[in-house]
Amino acid sequence: MQPYELTIEKAHRLLTAGELTSRELVQSVLDRIDAVDKKVGAYITVDAKAALKQADDADKRIAAGEASPLTGIPLAIKDLMCTRGLRTTCASRILENFVPPYDATVIEKVKSAGAVIIGKTNMDEFAMGSSTENSGLQITRNPWDTTRIPGGSSGGSAAAVSADLCLGALGSDTGGSIRQPASYCSVVGVKPTYGRVSRFGLVAFASSLDQIGPLTKTVRDSAILLHAISGYDQRDSTSVPEAVPDFSGILEQDLTGVRIGIPAEYENRHGLHADVQRAYRKAVERMVALGAQRVSVTLPHTDYAVAAYYVIAPSEASSNLARYDGVKYGHRHDGHDGLMDMVKTSRSEGFGPEVQRRIIIGTYCLSAGYYDAYYGKASQVRTLIRDDFRRAFESCDVILSPVAPTPAFAIGENADDPLTMYLSDIFTLSANLAGIPGLSLPCGFSAAGLPIGLQILGRHFDEATILRVAAQFERATDFHGKKPGV
Amino acid sequence: MKITKEEINHVAHLARLEMPAESVGKFADQIGQILEYVDTLNAIDTTGIAATSHATDLTNAFREDTVHAHIKPEDALANAPEKENGNFIVPRVIE
Repeated sequence: MQPYELTIEKAHRLLTAGELTSRELVQSVLDRIDAVDKKVGAYITVDAKAALKQADDADKRIAAGEASPLTGIPLAIKDLMCTRGLRTTCASRILENFVPPYDATVIEKVKSAGAVIIGKTNMDEFAMGSSTENSGLQITRNPWDTTRIPGGSSGGSAAAVSADLCLGALGSDTGGSIRQPASYCSVVGVKPTYGRVSRFGLVAFASSLDQIGPLTKTVRDSAILLHAISGYDQRDSTSVPEAVPDFSGILEQDLTGVRIGIPAEYENRHGLHADVQRAYRKAVERMVALGAQRVSVTLPHTDYAVAAYYVIAPSEASSNLARYDGVKYGHRHDGHDGLMDMVKTSRSEGFGPEVQRRIIIGTYCLSAGYYDAYYGKASQVRTLIRDDFRRAFESCDVILSPVAPTPAFAIGENADDPLTMYLSDIFTLSANLAGIPGLSLPCGFSAAGLPIGLQILGRHFDEATILRVAAQFERATDFHGKKPGV
Repeated sequence: MKITKEEINHVAHLARLEMPAESVGKFADQIGQILEYVDTLNAIDTTGIAATSHATDLTNAFREDTVHAHIKPEDALANAPEKENGNFIVPRVIE
């Protein structure tokens, strides 16, 4: 076994036992990136020199007996979390040369835990998309089939974990952007409860929906990484002062007494791929065989979630992205004709088509005369969606669903059809509207050999239960052990 | 047509975007389709339903008003497209 194939948990054991150094581990990952990433395209930036320096620091810390579970572990970071001195592009031409003067809170946290930052991963520009095809900088391919998309928007992070180009990664999830690529690439991904993880230093897309979370090879690794990044931060006024439990402690508990909710609205959904449906049903049966109790629940406003989301998210985005004006940082158009022209041409050259589309939708929905009809209405429907989950969780502890209606699609297949692309987010984006945590883990493969994920949703701040259910399922299955051929 | 080319141009101006004439039609089609889909929300009666603008029940977040270290002016200016004497330079605003 090569060091790059290790899980975080196993690597930590070898590092602290003196059987592996962080330098060896990081070098192994860097060599793997050199050999494989031209086929995958997961990374926008790899910082080998800084990574090796961090590895040496980690080795000293380990030798001093002061290792945390992340000390010396190479991580990949989605390229929209600010890393001091390391280019952070959001996969956008407008930020192509932006070098942040500070670290995001999550970066401070993983650095102080001794983790090694290998590089920054590709994504849909400003996290707007479900395929990573909207990157303004490069294409990322699915390691399981390089003619297909890796999912998005955290496609680079998911592909990097899947192809062993890091031991774990951070992504962000606004409508499914961690869970859907995790599903397409056969890795574990967690969107924590809104407010669990600080958003300070996360470049904002839709501030009431965005949340940072881990992508890893196993459930236990996600528990470790989530624990390291969670917690109240006064620099994010939406961060919630809630105690952070030891997520790893509960993973061994079996499923006796756990009630799994199956929403009637998800079962025979139009457009659900037969292979996905089969994998989902089998996963539910497996959970029951493991001792869980199956409960029928109902989420009556499911059909309206996509519409509400595609008002709220673009509205917030149009406001957040107003800051890119060519003045303080980012691209500025040369040879402009005055301030207005400078701002307009800089923005139009810097933003790609999907970002411009969403800015226009958002600006339209917030503009005079339309605010109540669009943003106001969508915010009321959001309340109904939240209430649906609140009621459902009165009779169950977790909700199981597919992650995406189909396995990964071909590069270019949906590229010019935004509405079809939006509709594929149906199972994931409700969790962002409601603020609840969600997890995706491998639960099967299609007839064509493409990965399929299972989504586990939980109550606010109850990541522990979804991790426990996921860990028990993972233990009883071997999908997570399968590797892509890339 | 749910949204006209003129409306796209008007909203683009509000959003400080320059729409190339050849893309306005395509944008109007795509955005029109999306807005038509969004109109399905009108099938729900939301009379008396409070709006949710946030997923948590937090209201105000207070902290002590104390002095902290902040990024240095030269760091804040490091990414500026144009700067001079510790200031950001913008095109002339008043003629």
